[in-house]
Amino acid sequence: MPLKSGNSFIKLNGETKMSNKSTKMIQAVFTATAPVFCGYVFVGMAYGLLLQKAGYGWWWALLTSLIVYAGSMQFVLVGLLTNPAGLLQTAIITLVVNIRHAFYGLSMIELFREFRFRKPYMIFSLTDETYSLLCSVKTPDGIEKHQFLFLISLLNQCYWVAGSVAGAAFGELVRFDSKGLDFALTALFLVIFTEQWLTAKSRIPAVIGIAAGLACLLLFGANSFLPPALALTVLALLLGRNQIGHRLINPKETGVAK
Amino acid sequence: MNDSALAIVCTVAAVTVFCRALPFLFFHGSRPIPPAVTYLGLALPYAVISLLVVYCLRGIDLSASPFGAPELIASVLTVLVHLWKRNNLLSIGVATAAYMLMVQFLFR
Repeated sequence: MPLKSGNSFIKLNGETKMSNKSTKMIQAVFTATAPVFCGYVFVGMAYGLLLQKAGYGWWWALLTSLIVYAGSMQFVLVGLLTNPAGLLQTAIITLVVNIRHAFYGLSMIELFREFRFRKPYMIFSLTDETYSLLCSVKTPDGIEKHQFLFLISLLNQCYWVAGSVAGAAFGELVRFDSKGLDFALTALFLVIFTEQWLTAKSRIPAVIGIAAGLACLLLFGANSFLPPALALTVLALLLGRNQIGHRLINPKETGVAK
Repeated sequence: MNDSALAIVCTVAAVTVFCRALPFLFFHGSRPIPPAVTYLGLALPYAVISLLVVYCLRGIDLSASPFGAPELIASVLTVLVHLWKRNNLLSIGVATAAYMLMVQFLFR
């Protein structure tokens, strides 16, 4: 009898440890993605509402948020649906809007190799916000890193899908004035920027990004400055490689590092 | 009409995933990554976050009332709260609430 109860005690203890671990994981993932939740749900709702007003119901919101999953491009997509262009022109517009994502992957080549069968989804779901989180988030102790990063990517898309379907289905019924809530995404980037500014081994890349962004914003205007700004940034980073490179070699604090 | 809409959606989806997959298509398998690319991979996150901050604030009109005041005030507030407590959710929550109050009541 004492032996039996001793055994069940051990088993119970083991289960408690297990559930502690997953509670910790769930807590960590929701904490890390909370700002994206605010931004994605409400910007997603705005998108769903816009799509519904263009004559495409919740089914289209679900489809596009599942297979396109690109915030700003989906707003452009509404315009393409109401005012159809040729498929080639559609492809070119998409390329211009989304080519920035090709640069994001450069930071993830090594890291994503470790994701094996989850790697295709990690690549597919690499939005601005997910990329920013993957670059900056620190995996809490006692949590499996790849599971943690994968759940961040997955949850972010869930927020976006849920927001856009809800927006298309009953966006017009919402009485809560959510105007301004999308600032959460701006604030998220600002917080990551501040954190990187304080901890980066070199601040030159951040300065290059701001300078290139502002210069191209003045030159090309708000709607088309991002691709040239990225090109200028890459060029400046390559030119400054001798000054910056050796300082970045030991980047152990970011999610990008192994 | 729905057929052409579906074709448009699929085109946008395909080009988007192509953009995201490009570096992985290029450096797949155990193909060695050139040092310049590894370096860019390390340096770009810092530069890209800065660019995204500029991107988020690109719509500010400094030539007309309210001269970007809600965005600029909320941005400064984000950084100040973050320097004070270094707590992501606190910085983002306070700044977003302040921004919503400003655009809904103060600068409408």
